[in-house]
Amino acid sequence: MKEKRKKIGALFLTFLKIGAFTFGGGYAMIPLIQKEAVTKRRWIEDKDILDIVAIAESTPGPIAINSATFVGFEVAGFWGAFASTFGVVLPSFLMIAAISLVLKEFQHMQAVQYAFNGIRAGVLALILKAFWSMYKQCPKKPMSYVIAAAAFVAAAFLKVDVLYIILGCAAAGLLSTAVVSGRARK
Amino acid sequence: MIYLELFFTFLKIGAFTFGGGYAMLPFIQTEVQAHGWLSMEELVNFVAVSESTPGPFAVNISTYVGMETAGLPGALCATLGVTLPSFVIILLVAKCFARFKSSKIVAGAMSGLKPAVIGLIGSAVISVGQTVFFADGFSAFQGIDYGFVCSLVIFAAALIMIIKKVHPILVIVLAAVLGIGSGYLGQIL
Repeated sequence: MKEKRKKIGALFLTFLKIGAFTFGGGYAMIPLIQKEAVTKRRWIEDKDILDIVAIAESTPGPIAINSATFVGFEVAGFWGAFASTFGVVLPSFLMIAAISLVLKEFQHMQAVQYAFNGIRAGVLALILKAFWSMYKQCPKKPMSYVIAAAAFVAAAFLKVDVLYIILGCAAAGLLSTAVVSGRARK
Repeated sequence: MIYLELFFTFLKIGAFTFGGGYAMLPFIQTEVQAHGWLSMEELVNFVAVSESTPGPFAVNISTYVGMETAGLPGALCATLGVTLPSFVIILLVAKCFARFKSSKIVAGAMSGLKPAVIGLIGSAVISVGQTVFFADGFSAFQGIDYGFVCSLVIFAAALIMIIKKVHPILVIVLAAVLGIGSGYLGQIL
């Protein structure tokens, strides 16, 4: 019992640190988890990292939270999951809560408005880069192109609710793999 | 009630976004605009803030929207909402991990969701591009004006830096400096 409580405390502190030092979120966090949970603490093994990424990707929600919850649960059950998730969220929460107060004060200044005019153009470039890396990672099958194009048109031009796009694309993926495997069986 | 509204809106966002980060933008955009919580410009500004502070985008944006609309309790509700679906779903999955991993249904759904994420980020490129270049909407666009040229130059500079693998935070800082410079230059001209 005491052993477990110690582990839960350590999980909280480790994920607090990971939450406080990963910029850009998501995948940027994986190497840090590897270093802390595999190399330093030996909570999990190297091969588990691949599983964690796979799970975090194929369940909804931010990758950072998914992987923190998963590692926490594997190491110390429910309260381990709770401690890791709380730890990984806390630094962001505190920092953004503080920033939002400051941002309000400064947002009306002329120089800040000019700065954000420039920043928005920079953000566009960052999003374009994210688009490109996602495209490179995706399996290049005809069906993928069709689904990507359909999701794009539905979201950008037809203004379809994203919720339906997600559900529709998941259904399309299921259907197309069912058809392919059905053909393979014949 | 605003607290419940924040909680359930971000619960929905947390439960239906895959791929994290920018793939969430179109969803967040529709929701915050529908509720009148943030303008598109404020949202894009915040993407830069989130990129320069630690932590996942989803947590950052929910905390921010919560703070802006209903203070600290609002921030708590929104952040709890965005975190809860992940937490519960991962707990369920972790219990039957082996079955989840080899599940044909999960693999099939994922083969549709991966390209969907690309399409959604593509849509974010369009809406953010519109905010950057045609803030007043396409119809109001009359010829080439000073602001448009500045945005184009800063965008090109940022893109080159990103291709050269400059750190995103540095890209944002330089874009800010260029924005300030061109803003004051515009006043002189």
